[in-house]
Amino acid sequence: MKGFSTLFHKEVMRFWKVGFQTVLAPLLSTMLYLLIFSHVLGRHVEAFPGVPYVSFLIPGLAMMALLQNAFANSSSSLIQSKITGNIIFLLLSPVSYPEIFLAYVLASSVRGIIVGCGVFAITLWAVDIPLKFPLWALLFSLLGSFILGATGIVAGIWAEKFDQLASFQNFIILPLTFLSGVFYSIHSLPPFWQAVSHLNPFFYLIDGFRYGFFGTSDVSPYFSLFVVSLCLAAVSLFTLWLLKSGYKLRN
Amino acid sequence: MNPAIEIRQACKRFGHIHAVDCVDLEIGQGEFFALLGPNGAGKTTLINLLSGLTRPDSGRLSIMGYDVSREYRQARRAVGVVPQELVFDPFFTVSEVLEVQSGYFGITDNAAWIEEILEHLDLSSKANTNMRALSGGMKRRVLVAQALVHKPPVIILDEPTAGVDVELRQALWEFVRSLNQSGHTIVLTTHYLDEAESLCSRIAMLKAGKIVALDTTRNLLKGSARRVKFQLVPDALPQKLHPFLLHRESGYHVLKLDEFSDLEPMLEILRQSGVAVTDMVLPHADLEEVFVEIMSRQ
Repeated sequence: MKGFSTLFHKEVMRFWKVGFQTVLAPLLSTMLYLLIFSHVLGRHVEAFPGVPYVSFLIPGLAMMALLQNAFANSSSSLIQSKITGNIIFLLLSPVSYPEIFLAYVLASSVRGIIVGCGVFAITLWAVDIPLKFPLWALLFSLLGSFILGATGIVAGIWAEKFDQLASFQNFIILPLTFLSGVFYSIHSLPPFWQAVSHLNPFFYLIDGFRYGFFGTSDVSPYFSLFVVSLCLAAVSLFTLWLLKSGYKLRN
Repeated sequence: MNPAIEIRQACKRFGHIHAVDCVDLEIGQGEFFALLGPNGAGKTTLINLLSGLTRPDSGRLSIMGYDVSREYRQARRAVGVVPQELVFDPFFTVSEVLEVQSGYFGITDNAAWIEEILEHLDLSSKANTNMRALSGGMKRRVLVAQALVHKPPVIILDEPTAGVDVELRQALWEFVRSLNQSGHTIVLTTHYLDEAESLCSRIAMLKAGKIVALDTTRNLLKGSARRVKFQLVPDALPQKLHPFLLHRESGYHVLKLDEFSDLEPMLEILRQSGVAVTDMVLPHADLEEVFVEIMSRQ
């Protein structure tokens, strides 16, 4: 387990040493989203009955920041190590592939949760947000960060260049997060787009997370938990298989 | 006693290229061994197969008796690899890098040994310097230190002196020689053949993924073509000696010698022909000549 704990600690230190870029910058951009959207839509939209739009928006934005940063952590660390070549220090060591998986996923989770908590910390003084079921919120934030941390490993292994990783981020992760109900309730969408939204696993993460705050959600939190758990199992198994095979790492 | 390294019928192909072509090799514990060959001969691929950075298509490889695939944890603990490329983690200082590397190998408190390695490699003053701020030579020393943090019995150095200044090269070899004297098995690849000749007791030469020569350094040097150089007055080689003439070289006739015992009949022919020998040189064969000869033969 020493190998795992060392890699985990190293990965946390890696993003913490450049915290301006990895924690403060995403916090700033999330705050800008909050300012703009709450200003433009705040008076016109009521996503959940009796819930002001700004209050509705904050958990969604926090979850979006959490997911994007969890993905960015493992993916950027892996591709940097591959491109600079220092991945060999890990590959030459006796650290096993499940330990590598766990260390990268948990370090990504730490960064995602720090950024997510940061969003709440900044908005706490200005906006009143209820927290009806904190365990649901915690559960979905953990599951979301694990899924995206593991997805980041897949992207980091697959990508050979930074622009390939940027494509993965811009064409897959970003649309899935933006179209997951961060800024709106899917009940406000036409039936076709509601159905499409149900195919987006990120929707269940955001919806389940929001349930923890408001006790209201677009779908049952139990169903969201089922879908999210299934996604985590699938992504984890695929990532573990990829690491075991040595695909693009031990060649 | 298990050999330090055992390779049986190891093959690795990249597309149509046989990077390692059914190689068999055994290196004993405590040996100072050289893997030589031109660029693309398969030296680095063979090292990557041993260290687990690449997986073989077929064959078995073991380090200190541990199979590198099935018993990869034990095998990797038994080997330290100094890679050819100058790779480093730009986020950390020298001591952080070495602590992380120790942790990967399951070592919790390694401060004393890290301090000792840093001292041997003249890196103590750079312990808290970020890797980015180090010169190329310093980075090379850190690579050596990283390979040694877990005190491996087998150390593989893949062209460790490429692009390194003379001072560091000498300091590095002194350190590596002391490691060998204390029982470590050293495997070295280098393009500086004089280094291999002076340091290594046994040498394997690779070409196109195959071992084309494997012997002790002494035997390889002994087996190379011997030559004799004559300066003659008058400067004309008797007809009988023309079949032995290799070339002319700044006033000398360079003749091929199969055995040293061929020398006396040659001198006899010269005497009978009335040609006086004003100078005679028996050049010492060096590894570079042996290398060129073996590579051109294959």
